[in-house]
Amino acid sequence: MNYWPLLGVAAVVAGFALRLNPMLVVVAAGFVSGFAAGLSLPDLLALIGSAFVNARAPMLVILTLPVIGLLEHAGLREHAQRWIAGLYFMSLSLLLICYMALRQILGAFGLTSIGGHAQTVRPLIAPMAEAAARKTQPALDDEQRERTRALAAATDNVGLFFGEDVFVAFGAVLLIQTFYSSNGIALEPWAIAVWAIPTAFAAFLIHAVRIVVFQYGLRASAAAADGTERTP
Amino acid sequence: MIKIAYVWWLAALILGAAAWFDLRARRWGNAVFWGILATVFAAGDSIIAANKAGDRLPVQVVGAAVVALALLAGFGGMRRKVLVDSDAAQREASALRLGHRLFAPALLIPLATTLLLLLAPALVYGDWRLLPASPTVPALALGCCIAAAVALYVTRSRPGQALQESSRLLDQLSWAVVLPMLLAALGNVFENTGVGAAVAQLVAMVVPTDSALACTVAYGLGMIAFTMIMGNAFAAFPVMTAGIGLPLLIRQHGADPAVIGALGMLTGYCGTLLTPMAANFNIVPAVLLELKNEYGVIRAQAVTAVLLAVTNIALMYFLAFRNV
Repeated sequence: MNYWPLLGVAAVVAGFALRLNPMLVVVAAGFVSGFAAGLSLPDLLALIGSAFVNARAPMLVILTLPVIGLLEHAGLREHAQRWIAGLYFMSLSLLLICYMALRQILGAFGLTSIGGHAQTVRPLIAPMAEAAARKTQPALDDEQRERTRALAAATDNVGLFFGEDVFVAFGAVLLIQTFYSSNGIALEPWAIAVWAIPTAFAAFLIHAVRIVVFQYGLRASAAAADGTERTP
Repeated sequence: MIKIAYVWWLAALILGAAAWFDLRARRWGNAVFWGILATVFAAGDSIIAANKAGDRLPVQVVGAAVVALALLAGFGGMRRKVLVDSDAAQREASALRLGHRLFAPALLIPLATTLLLLLAPALVYGDWRLLPASPTVPALALGCCIAAAVALYVTRSRPGQALQESSRLLDQLSWAVVLPMLLAALGNVFENTGVGAAVAQLVAMVVPTDSALACTVAYGLGMIAFTMIMGNAFAAFPVMTAGIGLPLLIRQHGADPAVIGALGMLTGYCGTLLTPMAANFNIVPAVLLELKNEYGVIRAQAVTAVLLAVTNIALMYFLAFRNV
């Protein structure tokens, strides 16, 4: 067993820890692992090149950019913020928890393409979350604004990850089934997917509590600011 | 039929437009970056075909181009467009004028895509079918085109404006938008150089085999760690399950394979929430949302991920051995 290619993993960890540019880190790690495994430069370039061309699918997010760009130029984010600010019952936690629940339920039916960072979080959810956070803490500072937006993105991830696994035709379920069947264990997809349900509920509960705690922190900071203004 | 090749050409068009606008604005680094990518997307299928036919030169050129992209991004060759908020007043006015009509095209992307996916088997005329056998990607592309048409109508813009706006967003996203592709390529290199096998062997060496609890914890932690390295639970699952899950948990201790599979994968997802290697979930949104801290999204979800990982490993232990 040749353990030297593991140096590539070490390069990745060191590069990300030192906060070097991720593009450089990734390419450097590929070269480290490749040379450690004894590949020649032409072989390695061919391996990286063909893997790169075959991995075009994640870039398809750019197909949404013309629409999102046009709408942003026409004031979509401003409108979303004003709309949320005008809904008297809307709060940050209500908004994000409802969004997470919707993402999980739709994901459980296989509808994962509804939502996403480019499609919904940037143009809609993040500005809405910011407007909702301003209702709790009108003097939202830069750090709080940044954390609110990051929380909106995190909520999308949690909702997506822990909803889609309940769907029987989802790739992960089929991957598990294929892996077992090639090892002589026959399982139906639903028999695997059903065990994702407890985690789906646990993920919802844990993240919902964290959203409420975050909003509580905003309220506390608003109250503290009020207090300092009143006492000279 | 909408072939998948058309989708890549559409992407190449959007990338090419970004290169063109950057060229005119004399942002040379950005222009070269998007130009290289547009070429890779436009010529991708013929590059793959040539590689299959035994001609390795095109993929080697792409490999060299990938190095060029990394050097451009890594040594400051790309300029992030500074956001000028000069048209803020104009956006406010337009927002007031158009109101809820602005939501329609944004919601149309997911709705049209989903509808097309659900209706794909019905959209046939004789031998002709609108969408190919695996319809996800073409449906997304068609959904985006429909939404773009409606957005142009709602905002009364010229089609050229749409490409100008997408170029603005691409310059803002900069290299982060390519990182997921590059990471997928790195995962492939790791696989081909035996990194996965080496990790599995190392983990198997340190796990005490006679305790079911220790094996469960080792499997869960292994899934998290390996997912963090590869940026993808799908890559970690076969390696970890073949190394620990199958021989130790299932064969030796009699665990329920369905529970081990489902919860093992979901424990890996907790690792996905924690790693910059899962760039499309963790780094790209940080750039999209213009966060100052590129690890801001990971920071926002880290506590959730850790608590959920503990829950998952506990669930795995109690559910998998419920009949033993």
